[in-house]
Amino acid sequence: MSNPDPLLSVRDLRVKLGRHGAHILHGISLDILPGETYGLVGESGSGKSVTGLSIMGLLKRPLNVAGGSIHYQDQNLLKLSRRARRDLRGDRIAMIFQEPMTALNPVVSIGNQIAEMFVIHRGMGWTEARLRAVEALDSVQVPSPAERARAYPHQLSGGMRQRVMIAIALACRPDLLIADEPTTALDVTVQAGVLKLIHELCTAEGTAVLLVSHDLGVIANMCQRVGVMDRGRLIEEQDTAALFSNPLHPYTRGLLAARPRLGSRVEGGRKRLTELDEIVPDGARGHDAPTLVTPRGRREARVAA
Amino acid sequence: MRFNFVFGLTLVTIVVLGAIFAPLLAPFHPIMDADLMSSQLPPDGVHLMGTDNQGRDVLSRVLYGARVSLMVGVVSQIINSTIGAALGISAGYFGGRWDDFVNGLTNVMLAIPSLVFALAIMAVLGPGLPSLLIALGLTNWSWTCRIARSSTLSLKSQSFVLAAKSAGFGDWNIMRTQILPNIVGPLLVIGTLGIGSAVLAEAALSFLGIGIRPPTPSWGNMLTDARELLRSAPWAAIFPGLAIFATVLGFNLLGDGLRDMLDPHMRTARGDAGAARA
Repeated sequence: MSNPDPLLSVRDLRVKLGRHGAHILHGISLDILPGETYGLVGESGSGKSVTGLSIMGLLKRPLNVAGGSIHYQDQNLLKLSRRARRDLRGDRIAMIFQEPMTALNPVVSIGNQIAEMFVIHRGMGWTEARLRAVEALDSVQVPSPAERARAYPHQLSGGMRQRVMIAIALACRPDLLIADEPTTALDVTVQAGVLKLIHELCTAEGTAVLLVSHDLGVIANMCQRVGVMDRGRLIEEQDTAALFSNPLHPYTRGLLAARPRLGSRVEGGRKRLTELDEIVPDGARGHDAPTLVTPRGRREARVAA
Repeated sequence: MRFNFVFGLTLVTIVVLGAIFAPLLAPFHPIMDADLMSSQLPPDGVHLMGTDNQGRDVLSRVLYGARVSLMVGVVSQIINSTIGAALGISAGYFGGRWDDFVNGLTNVMLAIPSLVFALAIMAVLGPGLPSLLIALGLTNWSWTCRIARSSTLSLKSQSFVLAAKSAGFGDWNIMRTQILPNIVGPLLVIGTLGIGSAVLAEAALSFLGIGIRPPTPSWGNMLTDARELLRSAPWAAIFPGLAIFATVLGFNLLGDGLRDMLDPHMRTARGDAGAARA
């Protein structure tokens, strides 16, 4: 397989809590190729969302980027001016958040919220932008988009709101979409529809997707490559099929084993769900392992495992 | 159901229409038709609200006075709301030293009695309509500022603000399109209440003789003139007083009603947009 130039290239990204505080990310490196869907999995608190927010440049104090680089095409995002970075946001790199309930402005009609993207990034007039907003609503399969454009967020269901979020994110046809647990807040039937929609739209436009999730099923269906994160490190990266059939890192094996399986029973009743700490060998993880260790000590612990 | 709002709107509409059409409605000229022979006449068929000390028709003067009082109330409150909203939103949004500075300024403003401060400004600028507008417009923005700031503080941590940032909105656009529309309700309520208190403040300053100068009629200086006639011709004081009362009450009720109407959450509660639900 030939390796095209990556669209986004993260190298040794370090994020700290406060200037002298603990590391949240211990040096993440990953490449996202144009048009591919890259999955990032891990437990809560493993740094998936922080990675996404760092790429967007939206870390909130006291979180701050302490080192490394994020190259988008050939520019280092961390060296760009605030202004230049802002112009990229929403235009070339867009993001969808977890909570569709609160990620829309409650007092602006959804049509205007989409239209604003065209006004801000494309300099369109409002009349034209509103027409484009209706088209965008249509493309995310919202029924009767012209009427729905005048609705306010509270009048829509969760799935509809997430479709509106997708319409906003994809309005300017970005090169990269960061989807931070886009379906976690939705029920399962709606989830499938929203994921299919993201997949179809991004495939059609050639948009690369960084899909952050803790749901291995979602990752398996959507992604070409998967990175596994644990406590601020990317510990394994593989093609999806290879990862699920042959996980290399003990933590990944544990993560895969911890999936609940429908109908899985052992003699004498239901099988207990496995917990991560039972499977992962003691050195790699465990209650006695300190949470905040020096990068070196942590790495040695990994090697020992 | 929304009796208060309808009642407030009615009061304000009557006052506004009276002010706009004063030249058509007023049976006499408010200044020129002075006739000492018909001084202090009680209300009758010709002078519906009686006449004052100089024989001028009280109804005509109340109608013309509405123009001055309303204009002063509305314009000075627009100045107040603009200053308060701009300072409050920016302070809440940016935080840090700017927030400290604005907070300090607001606290100082709240510590100074606004009427006394307005008096001081009038003393510097001299009497007249423009200085009255400036004096009242610079002295009553602290509550607007506080409410704008505290609402902004709670709004800026909402995820739709983060979503707007991720969509490439700049600070100015976030304040304008994400924060401001969400606080229009409280700002409008406090603004309409402010119009009421500005009308009162104008009356107070004119009553003290440094607001609107006679012979131009304003409700405040009509009260000043009528003060000595309270026993002999109470109507000369009662009707301008009633006008002030009705205007302030009207704006207060209107403010509350507008808040309910502008809040989209209330809209579904009334069910007139529920059809859009998926």
